[in-house]
Amino acid sequence: MAGESGKIDPMHQFQIEPWAKLDLFGYDISFTNSSLFMLVVLGAIWVFMAGGMKRELVPGRWQMAVEGVTGFINNMMSSSIGPEGKKYVPLVFSLFMFILFANFMGMMPIGIVPGAHAFTVTSHLTVTAVLAVLSFGTVLVVGLWKHGLHFFSLFVPHGTPWWLLWLIPFIELFSFLIRPFSLALRLFVAMTAGHVLMKVLAGFVINGLNAEALWVAPLVALPSFILMIGITLLELLVCAIQAYVFALLTSLYINDAVNLH
Amino acid sequence: MPQIAQILETYASQIFWTLLVFGILYFVIGRGMVSKIDANVEARDRKIADDLAAAEKARAEADGLVAGGSDALNAARGEAQAKAAAAKARGAKDAEARLAKADAEVAAKLAAAEADLAKARSKAMAGIENVAAEAAADIVAKVSGAKVSAAQAVTAVKAVLS
Repeated sequence: MAGESGKIDPMHQFQIEPWAKLDLFGYDISFTNSSLFMLVVLGAIWVFMAGGMKRELVPGRWQMAVEGVTGFINNMMSSSIGPEGKKYVPLVFSLFMFILFANFMGMMPIGIVPGAHAFTVTSHLTVTAVLAVLSFGTVLVVGLWKHGLHFFSLFVPHGTPWWLLWLIPFIELFSFLIRPFSLALRLFVAMTAGHVLMKVLAGFVINGLNAEALWVAPLVALPSFILMIGITLLELLVCAIQAYVFALLTSLYINDAVNLH
Repeated sequence: MPQIAQILETYASQIFWTLLVFGILYFVIGRGMVSKIDANVEARDRKIADDLAAAEKARAEADGLVAGGSDALNAARGEAQAKAAAAKARGAKDAEARLAKADAEVAAKLAAAEADLAKARSKAMAGIENVAAEAAADIVAKVSGAKVSAAQAVTAVKAVLS
């Protein structure tokens, strides 16, 4: 929010503030606002899931919603991977829910409480990188465990002409190795860019209203405000789409590892 | 961009807390709760499928019963019709027989009566001939004084009458 010079800094929302100093084997694992929001996300997911745990034969509304989400992931896994996909439902479900709730938690209007700021966990490269490594690591472990060295036949797709064998495996290997980076960067960039854009527009609105020249408010602040409503709705859509994309790509990558093309 | 500017100071904390939170999420919620919810959904789906199958079976059974019932009804109706026809035929035959018997009796009586009648008539006829012959003999005697024997008179009367 307000930087030292009194200007609105759209990057300030990504600032990590250590609240309690913690140390583990010489590593600094301080409890930060980011950690707090992870716990908030975890708590929100737990509340959501616990509300659907009545396990009645005829589900109520809440149970219906929870079963809708689990059924959504189940369908995604069985359509991407097949019957074996059931084993990986917990992982993809956890990834999907964590990203979805973290994205939405960052959109909560917590800023109306003075001194409090919403923090978007998934707008941090370190966090998205951990999630991407978990997804990619699962693919590697499953692939090597199930198929051994035969897993590397993934880099030679069926029907590759023999005279392209010197090129195709390198392209395939490159596209395989780039997956964790694309997973991590896509989410990180989408969330960061959206939040920066919203903060910049909000800055236009606030600075426009505070401007000394009277024409600035209707000419700058009002259109910015209207645009911001649209951008906020778009950003809510992006929150859901990014979680879906991450889960879907993970399921497709696991499919590669399980079924080898 | 604080994400990159702060990365050296915060990476350990970020990775630690992400792994911790995601680990709890994965093991408690992903492995614990989701499988229970899935089991419940599956149990419900199975129950619905079972109930549908049971309903389908019951319907098939009912259809079979209805078909069997109408078969039995048709058979009973056919039997009743056959019985009625047989009874009718028997009755007709009986009546015919009785009628024939009665006819024969009547015919016999008629024949006897006719025979009686014919006898009586011939008797009466004979009586009339005799009387006529006597009368003729008397008339002849009175008119011509000739004596006519009874036998002659009878022959003459017979010739006239017949």
